[in-house]
Amino acid sequence: MTNLVAGISRYLIILLITIYTYYNFRFFSMKDEEGRNRAVRRQLICMFMLHFLANLVIFLNTDSRLLAAFYCAQLLFFAGYLSLYRLFYRNVSRLLLNNTCMLLCTSFIMLTRLNPNRAIRQFVIAALAAAVTLVIPFVIDRVWQLASIPWLYAALGLTLLLAVFFSGDTSYGARLSLHVGGFSVQPSEFVKISFVFFIAAMFYRSSTFKNVVLTTAAAALHVLLLTASKDLGGALIYFIAYLAMLFVATSNTIYLGLGLGGGAGASVMAYRLFPHVRRRVDAWTDPWKDVADSGYQTAQALFAIGTGGWFGVGLYQGMPEKIPVVDKDFLFAAVAEELGGLYALCLLLICLGCFLQFMLLAFRLQAMFYKQLAVGLGTVYITQVFLTIGGVTKFIPLTGVTLPFVSYGGSSMFATFIIFGVIQGLYILKENEEEDDEEG
Amino acid sequence: MKKDNAGQKADRSILLFSYFVSALFLSMAVYMGVFIETRGEEVTNHPYNARLASLADRVVRGSILGNDGTVLARTVTDEEGNETREYPFGSLFAHVVGYAAPGKTGLESYANFYLLSSHDSLSHRIMKELSDEKQTGDNVVTTLDVGLQQIASDALGDRRGAVIAMEPDTGKILAMVSKPSFDPNRAEDDWQELTGGDSTEARLLNRATQGVYPPGSTFKIITALEYMREHPGEYSSCQFDCSGIYLYQSYQIQCFKRTAHGNEDFAEAFANSCNGAFAKLGPELDLEAYGNLCVQLLFNRELPIAIPYSKSIFRMSPQAESWEILQTVIGQGGTLITPMHNLMIISAIANGGILMNPYFIDHVENAGGQTIKKFMPSVYGELMVANEAHALTELLTEVVLEGTGSAVRTEAYQAAGKTGSAEFDKAKETHAWFVGFAPVENPKIAVCVIVEEGGSGGSTAAPIARKLFDAYLLP
Ligand SMILES: [Zn+2]
Repeated sequence: MTNLVAGISRYLIILLITIYTYYNFRFFSMKDEEGRNRAVRRQLICMFMLHFLANLVIFLNTDSRLLAAFYCAQLLFFAGYLSLYRLFYRNVSRLLLNNTCMLLCTSFIMLTRLNPNRAIRQFVIAALAAAVTLVIPFVIDRVWQLASIPWLYAALGLTLLLAVFFSGDTSYGARLSLHVGGFSVQPSEFVKISFVFFIAAMFYRSSTFKNVVLTTAAAALHVLLLTASKDLGGALIYFIAYLAMLFVATSNTIYLGLGLGGGAGASVMAYRLFPHVRRRVDAWTDPWKDVADSGYQTAQALFAIGTGGWFGVGLYQGMPEKIPVVDKDFLFAAVAEELGGLYALCLLLICLGCFLQFMLLAFRLQAMFYKQLAVGLGTVYITQVFLTIGGVTKFIPLTGVTLPFVSYGGSSMFATFIIFGVIQGLYILKENEEEDDEEG
Repeated sequence: MKKDNAGQKADRSILLFSYFVSALFLSMAVYMGVFIETRGEEVTNHPYNARLASLADRVVRGSILGNDGTVLARTVTDEEGNETREYPFGSLFAHVVGYAAPGKTGLESYANFYLLSSHDSLSHRIMKELSDEKQTGDNVVTTLDVGLQQIASDALGDRRGAVIAMEPDTGKILAMVSKPSFDPNRAEDDWQELTGGDSTEARLLNRATQGVYPPGSTFKIITALEYMREHPGEYSSCQFDCSGIYLYQSYQIQCFKRTAHGNEDFAEAFANSCNGAFAKLGPELDLEAYGNLCVQLLFNRELPIAIPYSKSIFRMSPQAESWEILQTVIGQGGTLITPMHNLMIISAIANGGILMNPYFIDHVENAGGQTIKKFMPSVYGELMVANEAHALTELLTEVVLEGTGSAVRTEAYQAAGKTGSAEFDKAKETHAWFVGFAPVENPKIAVCVIVEEGGSGGSTAAPIARKLFDAYLLP
């Protein structure tokens, strides 16, 4: 009986996320307010039904009252978060809000299936982060001095990165985290944001050659510190965000070419210098050659994705526990195995949808500082998505980056909430401004 | 409010960047989709993937069937739910069908994924779910002909060796026998005995694909082809006078049983399998081209078959000394070949030079008999051009009409083939080879026979092939 319910839910869940994703893109071609409201309402219906079905399967498989209660808590959280945001800010981007919830919903489902304790921890952090970051749009709207303190951002970021370099804990060969009062924090997740603020504020001042050189030097210092801590995935994300912002600030293809050339050179250097980079590139070119050792991670992820096929094997029917660090770097593979390749592809499109919303907002914003913020944060976000999913699917070599909002990890969760909060702030700012224009 | 110039430029950059990222993500999505569609089955079936084994908890392993639906392997469940894998023909299909425990071999291994997948009708599946029963796995229908397999096995009898038959124009494997054999029903119980003991026994070894032997005179097919390539239009007029022993420098090469073949042309020398005449050709050959031809004919290369096999070996270098050349061109020396590979070469000749990929599974069907997946013949490649294949066919026909292949000579159909008596140990009898096909005008079946220490190919191996030809071609 359980199998029957699970079997039917499997297809329904895929149908629901497909409809959800469809509206995510259909939304943009809708002009009237009414249609847009209908689209986001339908998205929410899909999400809640999907959330229910998945938790039904979880309950049938575990028979755990605790998890049933956990489901109710999640339900309360989503309902509360959605309504509070809309209560405080009339002009919030409902699409982005939905996407936040959809990604969290996927995260909670998969983590509950993999490791309920971690899922609950993740949930508590998410709820906390959601509550705290609710204030961000308010700050963005009121505090106009944000653009005038670039060196404060740089000093803050560099100090944190230096602290990690000198006293950080090592995991998988990279120095990533600091211990603060019993908690393990990954500063580089937060410094990403101060980094973007720094560059946006610098380019807001001017995009003269001298200023570009100065900004580049400070940005390079960030990247070098990350490299020194062997956080190469992080270094790459910072670097790409910097390039994108430079390109938007100057529209100068020579700078872009120089940057890309420098990046390529640095990659070759990294390949020569770091043995673990070489291993990962080798494992990427042919993971099957050494399945038991260097190709192990990639092969396990591909086994999961390949065995799952388009429709997945269903929750609790696969072996995602065979994949190393499955709840972090490889959560995407577990999603593909149990919820299906189609679900995973929808997830990929939802992430892309978020990014495109960021860019659309950047396009609409007039103030260069805000424009730069949207571009920078969008790039940080999408690069992270690209590196994770690309690595798991063997599209690019593995970099050991996690999927924002979906993978397990408190710092990443908090930082992503901040990024989305800032974007919501900018969105609300823009909407309010347009309303004023119309009225005035 | 108008945007300023810098703003417009920035917007264009944002647009460009968005397009770029979207393109990148779409290619990544397509990449992943293509992977799921084209490689999904392969990685699911990968020996390192633990997931397939867990399917056995939910699916009763399907049956392996002959080409007429006869059961070759099936799973029987008793009242208590214990499953036993049964092989109704005992040792007859032991190597090609293989066994499912301990470990998996043959088609049991290759078709594992299909056997453990269930495409039963929806109503059946739902009923089984509701009554908490296991699903029924799909059945694999092979290309194997049960009657032909039995005849091949009987003909080989208790002798060590292998017999394989395949359709040259499709690549369908019709029969594959390896002796000595074992009973897969008892593989788990007899494991100690099967793996230990005398190495010449090697019962678990599939001699058809994994046994490597000196090719003996069957290799003259390749030497003849090389000579024909180097002397187009004039090779047929070359003459040789055989006294039973050919002397070259300080070396001597004997014909089989020192038979003096007398005066013979190229075709007659081939039909008589005259060692002297072919040894004489050796030093005249362009060894570089000869080596390349062997590689072209799949020596030292991977073979296109799904079950485990050994690679054939050709190791003569272009700088080889006289003795090695004299030996190699008549199929002695360091050259080693598997029966399966020899069959592929003769099949390509029968099929106008084109080698079809040999295959074992015709289709996969669900428990209700509906086809789930059909396997079609596919071309491996052109091993030689059509003219060369036809010229070789003429030579091989002469072998049957006038030469050592008289055992397959009959009014009922015209066969073509080559015998071989491969020396591997001076103190022992030679291995007896025969490769051939019939009918010549429209080949329906190609056969390779090897009998270890069987003596002469013409008197030991060819009669076995005759029985297969008769059974397959005559009503
Ligand atoms: Zn002779």
